[in-house]
Amino acid sequence: MRPEHPPEFPVSVHDLTVAYHRKPVLWDIDLNIPQGTLSGIVGPNGAGKSTLLKSCLNLIPKTSGEILIYGKPYEHQRDLIAYVPQRESVDWDFPVSALDVVAMGTYRKLGWFKRVGKSQKKQAHEALEKVGIGHLAHRQISQLSGGQQQRVFLARALVQDAEIYFMDEPFAAVDAATEQAIIELLQDLNKRGKTVLCVHHDLATVSRYFDHLVLLNMRIVASGPTQETFNRDNLQKTYGGKLQLLDDIAEALKNVGR
Amino acid sequence: MNWTDNDSHIILVGILCAVACALPGCFLLLRRMSMMGDAISHAVLPGLALAFLISGTRTSWTIFVGAAVAGVLTAVFTQWISRYGKVERGAAMGIVFTTLFAIGLLLIERGAGNVDLDAKCVLYGSLELTPLHLITFFDTFLVPRAAVVVGGALIVNLIIIALFYKELTLASFDPALADTQGFRPRLMHYLLMTMVAITTVAAFEAVGSIIVIAMLIVPPATAFLITKRLPILLALSTIFAMSAAVLGHLSSHALPTLLGIPETTSSGMMATAAGIIFLMFWLGGPEGLIRQRFGKRPLLQPDFKS
Repeated sequence: MRPEHPPEFPVSVHDLTVAYHRKPVLWDIDLNIPQGTLSGIVGPNGAGKSTLLKSCLNLIPKTSGEILIYGKPYEHQRDLIAYVPQRESVDWDFPVSALDVVAMGTYRKLGWFKRVGKSQKKQAHEALEKVGIGHLAHRQISQLSGGQQQRVFLARALVQDAEIYFMDEPFAAVDAATEQAIIELLQDLNKRGKTVLCVHHDLATVSRYFDHLVLLNMRIVASGPTQETFNRDNLQKTYGGKLQLLDDIAEALKNVGR
Repeated sequence: MNWTDNDSHIILVGILCAVACALPGCFLLLRRMSMMGDAISHAVLPGLALAFLISGTRTSWTIFVGAAVAGVLTAVFTQWISRYGKVERGAAMGIVFTTLFAIGLLLIERGAGNVDLDAKCVLYGSLELTPLHLITFFDTFLVPRAAVVVGGALIVNLIIIALFYKELTLASFDPALADTQGFRPRLMHYLLMTMVAITTVAAFEAVGSIIVIAMLIVPPATAFLITKRLPILLALSTIFAMSAAVLGHLSSHALPTLLGIPETTSSGMMATAAGIIFLMFWLGGPEGLIRQRFGKRPLLQPDFKS
């Protein structure tokens, strides 16, 4: 156990470096995500946001470093984790229904070989109701709109009934109603004491949605409560000299009056 | 035509082979790697040859294991080359299986010399000869040896799919979620590759690799035109595979007389029949080309609730 990463933190990253083909994508990341926060990972394209999330889930090899989930390696803590991948990461022509996809969230608890039964289907149905598309349970997934597909993924994370929710751009390219539904869901998870770690790209909504921020551009620029970290200085460091973006930042800061 | 026991035997072997291939073929299709069946069925050749050269016998088990290992190695090498060599997956597959196939041919030509391991036989098989190797089954049924071998592969495939249905589906649809849940998607990938390798090796002595490749790809592709449900996809693939085997054999008898051409092979006609069935559904199926062009299809129900 490392003194700087005590086990009460849901996610602790120590000295993480990740490289693709010897080109570093993440460099010397050191991070603690506090219990019960809605944490956003923010940064420009190619900053390594998704890579950081996937590293936490052991989906890509680390060049160096260590990641602990409540003080233990990931392999021992799978039950505590739910994952919402980017919507484009799967084939939506796959011959399954919305309900089938949501039921996949119960597989971990089912274990090997056992089949999805009535109680799993019921859980999946309830989760779909919760995200507002219960009536679409038996649709083939290609017949859902982008927002509905995203809700299916969220419903699947809900049935995983986890402590930590890892979400990769859940707000990307969804309609306003879905965005609202997702944020209500996140707030509900937050109220129930769950921790959410969410890759996010829209600076305009960052300060409204998240109470904890990780500003990332290959390295950690800042990490801490949103009120302390979401300021011009940090954003400039994160986004560098990208003028177009700086305008967006100005706009975003104006919104929060800082 | 005169229906003989030979015809029954050929059709039996054809059906067993077609279904044994179509089932794992469904999962290949869903993972968008149908051509892996092509690659594996070619790449088993050096395994066959090596096992033969090392053991010096043509006993089924050594050859079988050698070939199956070579088949799985194809998948492993493809994975390595595409991952570490930054080569596109299809290209990596092409590099691996052509090289392995060529090595296999060389080994057979050079090493196995005059022995009865024939490269041509590997490609086209000898379905017509299967009734010559009969064995008794359960002391009562006289069935071709090939039917027992291919039937064995079919049973293995059925058991694997029944046991790992949920895991195979999850690993095919969303490997990342499978991984986070501890379901070992890579293991599932190689399990599928092993199924394909076993089926290929079991089938091609009897029917040749052409029909194996056709049955791995075409019946699932036909079924996918019609259904968007996985259990139905598996069922329909099975039905199309069976139909292709039966129709193929029947037309291999009927066509030459009708058209006045020399005799054709059953396995070739079975593969052709599979292609024709696909064509029929592609053109005339519920979502087929004809209806798309000329029919009036209702728009999908818009959904105002969300």
